[in-house]
Amino acid sequence: MKPGHGFRALLAGMALATLSAGANAATEIRVACYSDGNECEATQALLPKFEKDHPDIKVVIDKQAYKAILESLPVQLAAGQGPDIARTTDFGIISQYFLDLRPLLKDAAYWDANYGPTLDWLRADPSDKGIYGLPTQITVSAPFVNKTLFEQAKVEMPGPKASWEDWAKATRAVAKATNVPFAMAWDRSGHRFSGPAISAGAKYFAADGTPAVVDDAFKAMAKSFVGWNQDGTMPKEVWGGQGGGGYRDAFEEFANGQIVLYLSGSWNIARMEKQIGTAFDWVAVPNPCGPAACSGMPGGAEFVAFKTSKHPKEVAEFLDFMASEPIYAEWMATTSNIPANAALQKKGIQYKLSPAGTAAMNVFVQQGALLSPVAYRLQGYRYKQVIFNPIADRLGQAVAGQITVDQALDRISADVKDQLATVAKK
Amino acid sequence: MSDAVAGRSGALARIGASLIGLVFNLAERPMALAQRVLGAPRLPWVFLTPNLVVFGIFTFLPIAIDVYYSLTGGAQLLPADRPFVGAQNFRELFECESYLDPTSCKRDLFWFGIYNTAEFVVLQVGLMVVFSLITALVLNRKIIGRSFFRAVFFYPVLLSPVVVALIWKWILQRQGLLNAALDGAGLSTVNWLLDAHWAFGWTVFVSIWAHMGFYTLILLAGLQAIPRDVYEAAEMDSASPWRVFRRITLPLLAPNLAVVVVLALIRAVQIFDEVYVLTGGGPGSATTFMVQYVFQTAFSQQVRQYGLAAAASLLLASVLFGLTLLQLRSMRSKDR
Amino acid sequence: MRRLLAMLAARRGRGRLHWTDWASYLHLLLGLLVMFGPVLWLVLSSFKSEAGLIEFPPRLLPYEQARVSVQGYPQPLPVFRITAGDFKGRELAEVRRIGLQAQMLDPASPGEILRVPAQDRERVMRLHFALENYTDLAGRFSFGTYLWNSVFITVTATLITLLINSMAAFALSKYRFSGRDAIFVTILATLMIPPTIILVPNFFIASTLGLVNSPWGVIWPGVATPTGVFLLRQYMLTIPDELIDAARMDNASEWRIYWRIVLPLSAPALAVLAIFSVMWRWNEFLWPMIVLNKSETFTLQLALNSFQGELTTSWNYLLAMTVLTLLPVTAIFVLLQRYITQGIASAGVK
Repeated sequence: MKPGHGFRALLAGMALATLSAGANAATEIRVACYSDGNECEATQALLPKFEKDHPDIKVVIDKQAYKAILESLPVQLAAGQGPDIARTTDFGIISQYFLDLRPLLKDAAYWDANYGPTLDWLRADPSDKGIYGLPTQITVSAPFVNKTLFEQAKVEMPGPKASWEDWAKATRAVAKATNVPFAMAWDRSGHRFSGPAISAGAKYFAADGTPAVVDDAFKAMAKSFVGWNQDGTMPKEVWGGQGGGGYRDAFEEFANGQIVLYLSGSWNIARMEKQIGTAFDWVAVPNPCGPAACSGMPGGAEFVAFKTSKHPKEVAEFLDFMASEPIYAEWMATTSNIPANAALQKKGIQYKLSPAGTAAMNVFVQQGALLSPVAYRLQGYRYKQVIFNPIADRLGQAVAGQITVDQALDRISADVKDQLATVAKK
Repeated sequence: MSDAVAGRSGALARIGASLIGLVFNLAERPMALAQRVLGAPRLPWVFLTPNLVVFGIFTFLPIAIDVYYSLTGGAQLLPADRPFVGAQNFRELFECESYLDPTSCKRDLFWFGIYNTAEFVVLQVGLMVVFSLITALVLNRKIIGRSFFRAVFFYPVLLSPVVVALIWKWILQRQGLLNAALDGAGLSTVNWLLDAHWAFGWTVFVSIWAHMGFYTLILLAGLQAIPRDVYEAAEMDSASPWRVFRRITLPLLAPNLAVVVVLALIRAVQIFDEVYVLTGGGPGSATTFMVQYVFQTAFSQQVRQYGLAAAASLLLASVLFGLTLLQLRSMRSKDR
Repeated sequence: MRRLLAMLAARRGRGRLHWTDWASYLHLLLGLLVMFGPVLWLVLSSFKSEAGLIEFPPRLLPYEQARVSVQGYPQPLPVFRITAGDFKGRELAEVRRIGLQAQMLDPASPGEILRVPAQDRERVMRLHFALENYTDLAGRFSFGTYLWNSVFITVTATLITLLINSMAAFALSKYRFSGRDAIFVTILATLMIPPTIILVPNFFIASTLGLVNSPWGVIWPGVATPTGVFLLRQYMLTIPDELIDAARMDNASEWRIYWRIVLPLSAPALAVLAIFSVMWRWNEFLWPMIVLNKSETFTLQLALNSFQGELTTSWNYLLAMTVLTLLPVTAIFVLLQRYITQGIASAGVK
């Protein structure tokens, strides 16, 4: 050890502190970000372009765990200590801190024209015309299928109009023929479950717009789903092996060739490409149909801006930059995500994917156009997690065999009601 | 070369020591002044002040705020924005058709949490004391590599709960190491974290794994403090080993055992992090414990029912407080 | 069980190995496997590639499919061993796969494309330590800053903890004054408060005090630990009062008695508290996650967790990072092992 090593480190630390203090001369924008792949890194990579045109603004990306944003952001905002922008999927309680960017944007009409539907997700009700953030991507849920297993089993893949029942039957036959332990798996998430439920005809909302989650179609899908878990079509551990509303995917099982069909979503394409490699052929297939629709669920995170920001003008400038067509296109290409931008959806993005990845991406983009209006409405609902969490929690209990499906459905209704009552209490 | 290094680090240690000395010397004048002004009898309070200030600000004040939270409702986080609801949160927690059947309660997960925690505490503390005792007895023998093995048993104590849980999750999941080993040995595999009983058993095991090293050391110290001649006398009487253990070892070890049991009890009631990462409270709610219920209610729901969480946590704290009094009583009786 | 206990209780060890000695060593070896095996597994896993991590059955050592660079192909091609058919036993590189047929070539003569049924081949695996899990970390974020933050918080917090807890313990063990027991019980009672419970009020307090996004926001709330006061007090009770009385005779001030007599004599207990404090602070996660949200203030634990997204987690980096965070605590433990075991021993006796 060198003498004075610690002292030198101390000096270095102090020097660093003064350096960053010097950088504060420019306006600093703080972005709380989380990555599901490389979203934060891709944003970071675009910053030099922005800072070249805006030398007076310094954007800092603070990459955190998704849970850190979910759990601590509301507390920080309540104490007036929040970031200027945050990437999040929870637009509930924190909506009271949203900053309306409309008067600050260079061309609000461009935003309305290109990001219209997803901007709605941040709004309180149809009369609300505010622009509160920028969607960082759109996701679409749909199944992935292990095509190699179908080929080995010499079973015909069900066509685009096939029902979930058809797929269950076909994948069971494949699993049996190829000695694969499970036919299907769905990510443990209320969001994923809602695609099939809506296809079956679940409405989620009553005529007056209040949530009414459990209806006959929802019940029927819940019963089929729990049934598939009990008869071994699906691996119980995905939904039953965990408690609470927590998320668990079945990616690992699918990547190991243990599952024939895996209901997940577009965000997994890059991961599939990287981790499955040449092990087997995987394809994305259209969402199976029910009596009401052939729908998955839309989704996606947004960069939302906060009122507590001391630099709203600069926040708007940064988001304007990210929303502009060439930048947004580059962003989507590096993150392998579906753009929320309507013009880019039409033009298409030049992804850096393999042929298999590109084919899957095309399926997801097509699926995006086929989503049921109910799915959009559910995703746009401010307290959607209040609906999604109990679905995962209670159906998980039913899958684990702790309670019956009927008890689970009663609990879902009660949980949703209870939490909405908590919000309503002023 | 090595001399130079030793010389340098020696010099460094001297510098460090003199720095610390300097700090304490600096404090000497004001403290002497305090002693003169306040008089020696009040001086203990001066020594206590820094600790009490920190406790006051970061422990007692938050508890007081929590008490207020527990009496309010709504989803806002700032206490000022929350409507007062009186004892409603407490009433809701106790709203049950039958207290023996959690599914009949309005807050079923709270009651699952209570029952699971009670079962966990009994099993975990009991088994851990037994395992620690056996290990301490073994380590107390004349064995080769004693300090190495002592370190091995202690090492997991250093790991963060999250790391502990991650390690074991990888071992226990359906496609984990344990099943691969069973499969390789031609045995049938078990879905460890899916079966309620297995999952519960593993949470007990994992928390014993992570903490027993600490308790083993306390017990080992107690064993080593037992004078050798006591055993020698027993050997002269040719008492059976079991008799020696029961009549000599256990009674002389009692104070250490008491410390171990009480500390382990407090820890076990607060079980949260490692289980939360390992099982998420599942399957179903088979491993949902009290603190997890509090955490889930306050943090991981989209709508944070903070009043309810605060009420539940105050109930938990009062149970724990009862345990402390128990500990103090056991210590008192020991001091006598 | 009882018999085993009884046998273990006896002190043998003279002469030849008794069967209880065998049982003891069996216990220790099993212990070694169970206590240390999982940690070793973690370390080995941190050298696996992302794909290798999710493979079932898992391999002990990090393997990945062999790849070979062939002229005319921009990417290295994966290598397979052919298990049946005309090319049985040969190792070929795959160009592409179409359905059940694979187009392969022999790296020695890349011009010729061979057709092989997909099921007649198996991957050729080779040992490969994915060091990039570690080296990428440096590029992905400012590792040095996080390390410095963690070290600063750990060291400062530990020093303050030792100072103020030993002061309190000194007051509680070496003085008789009214209210002493009440204070002690109150401090101990806080041991009962799961930290999770006071997270939110604490944030508002930290925010009011201007401690958010400052290392001090992490340091202060945890420096007064009931465990620390308890451990030190119990130890200080064993220091004979005569020593202190003698010093008082010599007109030493109370402060001098504290730091010149009681503190040095409490060294083993201080060492225990030090290692515990280091461990707590180094591993602390939930509270820093709420208090620190600017990346330049992050600790290693926060950086480690930032690999967890909503839908995916970068396990390879997360594991590598975990192993890195384990190194310092392990090193300290190995260095101070003797003091720790002694200290815990002495602290637990009373």
